[in-house]
Amino acid sequence: MSEKITPVLRESATFDRLSIQEIQRAAETGIYDIRGGGTKRKLPHFDDLLLLGASMSRYPLEGYREKCGTDVVLGNRFAKKPIHLKIPVTIAGMSFGALSAQAKEALGRGATIAGTSTTTGDGGMTPEERGQSQHLVYQYLPSRYGMNPDDLRKADAIEIVLGQGAKPGGGGMLLGMKVTERVAGMRTLPIGVDQRSACRHPDWTGPDDLAIKIAEIREITDWEKPIYVKIGASRPYYDVKLAVKAGADVIVLDGMQGGTAATQEVFIEHVGIPILSAIPQAVQALQEMDMHRKVQLIVSGGIRTGADVAKAMAMGADAVAIGTAALIALGDNHPRLDEELKKIDSAAGYYDDWQNGKDPAGITTQDPELSKRLDPVAAGRRLANYLRVLVLEAQTMARACGKSHLHNLDPEDLVALTVEAAAMARVPLAGTNWVPGQLQY
Amino acid sequence: MKTIDLSSATVRDLNQALHDQTKTLTEREWVVSNPGGKHNLAVGLNEALSVEIDGHAGYYCAGMNQKASVTIHGNVGVGVAENMMSGMVRIKGSASQAAGATAHGGLLVIEGDAGARCGISMKGVDIVVGGSIGHMSCFMGQAGRLVVCGDAGDALGDSLYETRIYVKGTVKSLGSDCMEKDMRPEHLEELAELLNRAGFDEDPASFKRYGSARQLYNFKVDNASAY
Repeated sequence: MSEKITPVLRESATFDRLSIQEIQRAAETGIYDIRGGGTKRKLPHFDDLLLLGASMSRYPLEGYREKCGTDVVLGNRFAKKPIHLKIPVTIAGMSFGALSAQAKEALGRGATIAGTSTTTGDGGMTPEERGQSQHLVYQYLPSRYGMNPDDLRKADAIEIVLGQGAKPGGGGMLLGMKVTERVAGMRTLPIGVDQRSACRHPDWTGPDDLAIKIAEIREITDWEKPIYVKIGASRPYYDVKLAVKAGADVIVLDGMQGGTAATQEVFIEHVGIPILSAIPQAVQALQEMDMHRKVQLIVSGGIRTGADVAKAMAMGADAVAIGTAALIALGDNHPRLDEELKKIDSAAGYYDDWQNGKDPAGITTQDPELSKRLDPVAAGRRLANYLRVLVLEAQTMARACGKSHLHNLDPEDLVALTVEAAAMARVPLAGTNWVPGQLQY
Repeated sequence: MKTIDLSSATVRDLNQALHDQTKTLTEREWVVSNPGGKHNLAVGLNEALSVEIDGHAGYYCAGMNQKASVTIHGNVGVGVAENMMSGMVRIKGSASQAAGATAHGGLLVIEGDAGARCGISMKGVDIVVGGSIGHMSCFMGQAGRLVVCGDAGDALGDSLYETRIYVKGTVKSLGSDCMEKDMRPEHLEELAELLNRAGFDEDPASFKRYGSARQLYNFKVDNASAY
């Protein structure tokens, strides 16, 4: 007697449910999907690297007794007043407009408690952030929204933005629902427009012009402020060389895992390269110019744990920057918001519609009622806690590798779990001396 | 009057001396001799000084100017008076591209011609050009007024927000979302005032006005072909 066999439904690897849904959505609306956050695809990342703790051939440091330094000086190549941070984890550029004033204030509070810097964004400097941030980096973007010399002089450093990891080659975007009276006023825009920022700077093109632009900003600020140049990772070897030649004090390198307030989904997922593959190219460029550790390298894009911090620094970074993780620490995507998030077709752990201003956490919104939900003091404290944990974790690993400062971590402390990660990070596959793509003699 | 000779002093010397006037004002009138086309002259001024540059200047001359009046007796390079906040910058000759880029306020007068992207992303400055301007001028212009006594190149006012543009001569082409608009009495009045302040003897009635059609302010599928 034959039994009925329950058929197994086979999902297409090419036309999977997500692809089918996107085709259906596109057919219905006729326009691309826009969202916030960074890439969601699986990429070679710091999880694919391991640190080699000390044993016989290396001495570890006592985990609870011996000092492991964490401070970093940024911008001592040319600036009269370089920034000295207690920890090598900075807060990446995120605008008032993309974020509520309360969120910006909370970032400033948390960073100051932890001894690090925050960064403005596309839209200018708010009193909330300047008031709370001991170290504030002022972004100089193609749009120049809110850019003015008074704030330039108030800043502790200036970051010339050429691109960001989520969308190298793309300009900023802030949809009309977040362009409120205050945001519009700061950006000199009509209230409610879908703001689409320029992707190129209006008054310079190419590295030779950038050198003159950097000199101009130095002249305006009497050579006091460090000048950072931020690059969205795509061709970091060449971009870093050109930025250093143009006179940058600090390079900020953002991988494709870095978040955005609002960008086309297709852009987020298909443009740029992972931070793991970008760091070695940047470090190589700096080393070839004898500028490694002289021009500092800050890397960002998917930093979540102290392990990520330690691995990034072992690869040659002087510091890291966090954006998405900082928002999560403030309260973004918290499980207590699950029911409210489900009402707007999302759920805790999945929410990425940062562009539409309906964030129940009060972070990625300009709605005054939603914004009020975020207590800047409590949120700042959570961020400070999180930053402390990142540093404690990184120190734990560095000590295990026998390092008395996080900057003493180096590529010899790393191995890779996959061939891809070994090739990108330029460290050996675990258990071998094989670095794919490098000649063996 | 104090003179700084750039054949011996450096650009740093010049800018520091001018910036020091913000802290202690000792001299309002300055002359810069032998500028030699150097970049970044008289940038970041923040006091009501009068600065005369006796010759040609390079990139970003009078960049981010506040309060000061800067006159260049020659031609200027890229980005003259970029991001100016207030005061006045006058160029007796012609200007290269991106003149007055992103400037928020003040008056920029170019007695000769201006190159491409004049007034790009301007945010409230008034720009008056005695001659003609190049292509893509006033791209993404947000606020302020741009007056052109000569002709305008291709794609004038592309992706314009709220800048008002007045052109006496021909416009080679208009950019996306830029359109010709009626000259109402209030426009004739403001144009007359701008021309007068810039020192140009022109008849406001001989100009045409251009502004934003405001069709691209928000995403609409039907507008995709405009980009």
